[in-house]
Amino acid sequence: MLKIENLTARIEETEILKGINLEMGPGEVHAIMGPNGSGKSTLAKVLAGDENYEVTGGSVHFEGADLFEMEPEERARAGVFMGFQYPVEIPGVSNSYFLKAAVNAAREARGEPEIDPVSFLKLARERAQWVKLDESLLNRPVNSGFSGGEKKRNEIFHMAMLEPKLGILDETDSGLDIDALRAVADGVNSMRAPERSFLIITHYQRLLNYIEPDHVHVMVNGRIVRSGGKELAEELERSGYALFGGEEAA
Amino acid sequence: MASSNETIEAFTSRGYEAGFYTDIEQEFAPPGLDEDTVRFISQKKGEPEWMLEWRLEAYRGWLEMTPPQWQNVHFPPIDFQAISYYAAPKEQPKSLDEVDPKLLETYQKLGIPLHEQKMLAGVVDDSGQEQERPNVAVDAVFDSVSVATTFKDELAKHGVIFCSISEALRDYPELVRQYIGTVVPRKDNFFAALNSAVFSDGSFVYVPKGVRCPMELSTYFRINAGHTGQFERTLIIAEPGSYVSYLEGCTAPQRDENQLHAAVVELYAHDDAEIKYSTVQNWYPGDENGKGGVYNFVTKRGMCAGKRSKISWTQVETGSAITWKYPSCVLKGDDSIGEFYSVAVTRGMQQADTGTKMIHMGKNTRSHIVSKGISADRAQQSYRGLVKVLPTASNARNYSQCDSMLMSSECGAHTFPYIDIQNPSAQLEHEATTSKIGDDQIFYCKQRGISEEDAVSMIVNGFCKEVFQELPMEFAVEAQKLLEVTLEDSVG
Repeated sequence: MLKIENLTARIEETEILKGINLEMGPGEVHAIMGPNGSGKSTLAKVLAGDENYEVTGGSVHFEGADLFEMEPEERARAGVFMGFQYPVEIPGVSNSYFLKAAVNAAREARGEPEIDPVSFLKLARERAQWVKLDESLLNRPVNSGFSGGEKKRNEIFHMAMLEPKLGILDETDSGLDIDALRAVADGVNSMRAPERSFLIITHYQRLLNYIEPDHVHVMVNGRIVRSGGKELAEELERSGYALFGGEEAA
Repeated sequence: MASSNETIEAFTSRGYEAGFYTDIEQEFAPPGLDEDTVRFISQKKGEPEWMLEWRLEAYRGWLEMTPPQWQNVHFPPIDFQAISYYAAPKEQPKSLDEVDPKLLETYQKLGIPLHEQKMLAGVVDDSGQEQERPNVAVDAVFDSVSVATTFKDELAKHGVIFCSISEALRDYPELVRQYIGTVVPRKDNFFAALNSAVFSDGSFVYVPKGVRCPMELSTYFRINAGHTGQFERTLIIAEPGSYVSYLEGCTAPQRDENQLHAAVVELYAHDDAEIKYSTVQNWYPGDENGKGGVYNFVTKRGMCAGKRSKISWTQVETGSAITWKYPSCVLKGDDSIGEFYSVAVTRGMQQADTGTKMIHMGKNTRSHIVSKGISADRAQQSYRGLVKVLPTASNARNYSQCDSMLMSSECGAHTFPYIDIQNPSAQLEHEATTSKIGDDQIFYCKQRGISEEDAVSMIVNGFCKEVFQELPMEFAVEAQKLLEVTLEDSVG
């Protein structure tokens, strides 16, 4: 469902991705681990279409379609979701209003009618429970005044509402306490399905204790240097990234 | 992709929707201003003698005054002898049924109801049903005269007087005489003096003691004729314990020359009375190079004369080449409250210097100011506000918040808060922010599948929310739509 071939990308003059190859099948959970500055977050942003990054070579196909031919919003409507490492605040726009616009944009792209407000509200309440998101946050402005943990839960809640085919989580676990980490993992696990894939980008192994990956890739200095099963994550936790030429993070 | 392109196309082709001209037979005063012009206007309106004398006194005062220079807007000197001070449709209707169909059509095109029936507001509730819009009484002012006022009989049952100021001078001269010029004196400033000399029409509202006005009142100002100034005069009086909510809307045809709108609005609130005054101003702003557009030079002031009285100004300013206005409150009564909520949007070459003055005189008086400025393209915008606490005003409180949003690198936002405190017990808070509409916010919306156009309108509406929620429901919807059209394609 996702095929990345020899992808290179830069920000301003700095080359960050130096030839990434990765293939994901439907229903698979892949984890990308790596030290700070290895380019793993850049990969997530390039897939989502962040214009701060310039793709200099290679290709990405999503369900056979050239991803780089699609605008960020078209990618989203086609089923690519990225959970932000730093979710953005939008003052004055309520979370539920925002999500309803997002859900309807995707429905419109699929030729479906708008969701009716009653069904939307019912669905939102149910999905908020998946990540134990306080219901009052539905009516608060998007991410405004949310705690760090609330912001991350909200990202997973958005994902649960949008039901993507590919969920990319960009360091969703960073800065989370154990309860929030569990809530986030529960949300993702509730969504696992044969046709839905996840790309989980993380620095630490601990999230993978709760979301069990099918494949683990180690990224160092803009390249995937090793791939393996879930045992690779445990190995990394013991030995650190130094083994792969990356610097040990404190 | 197709849908967002269509949205953009639909927006661009819309432009300034109110820019059409109504071809109707009109009567003009010849251009130029002298005492005879003042006499002509007063006579046309069949005014009492004292009113003419009042106007002439204002005119003589005006001759001694010079246009103000301190505001942060720039325009060539206005030739006051080149303007016509009176323009009116030839046929003067006696009742709603007799209004010229062309005029009815004009207001229909602008979406203003001049018929007394319930309408649908385009407001959809949660069950998906379109809500019935409550009745709104309308006074329609076309160039220099009021052409129709609706629901007068219904209002009269409650003792509420709602008519044009010309009619008020004819039917209730003593009320007008008692209040006119008491809030904005004839020689208050250059443009107020000019208005006092040549004002043509506007609305008059009187709400008797203890009456809560049963519907929204609104006046719709339309400048149609070329080379004509519009000099609106509005007077609203709220007797003790009464309440009224009043709205004004404004549009003008697209023209190459600049047109002058110099209004004076006076509000007077007695004990425990509340006046809520909302404006959605969409005068023609000129083209993108700054050619044409309305000069909107306005003096608006409310007098909280009585104890516990309250005056609240809410304005959404999207139009005009130049906007220059400071709706103000004089908080004379003890425990009185003044509020000012403003959204001003400038784009192209538009200039705006707007804000408020809160003059605290009574004890325990409170004022609240929320100003949101949005600038795009090469537009310049200033917030100018004065909070003055006189020695008599013990325990006065003020909260001011001024937020600016910049949408291009060539526009400007300026803030000039003046504070003059003469009583040590006063408590003031002032907050100001300036932000650029964030690429990160837009990308976040797009990543959730929301188009750039929708993202911008969502972010901007969110920014303005505190002000929009002060507007009556149906006008808040209008204001949001107006903002979307105004800011279409302006992120740069």
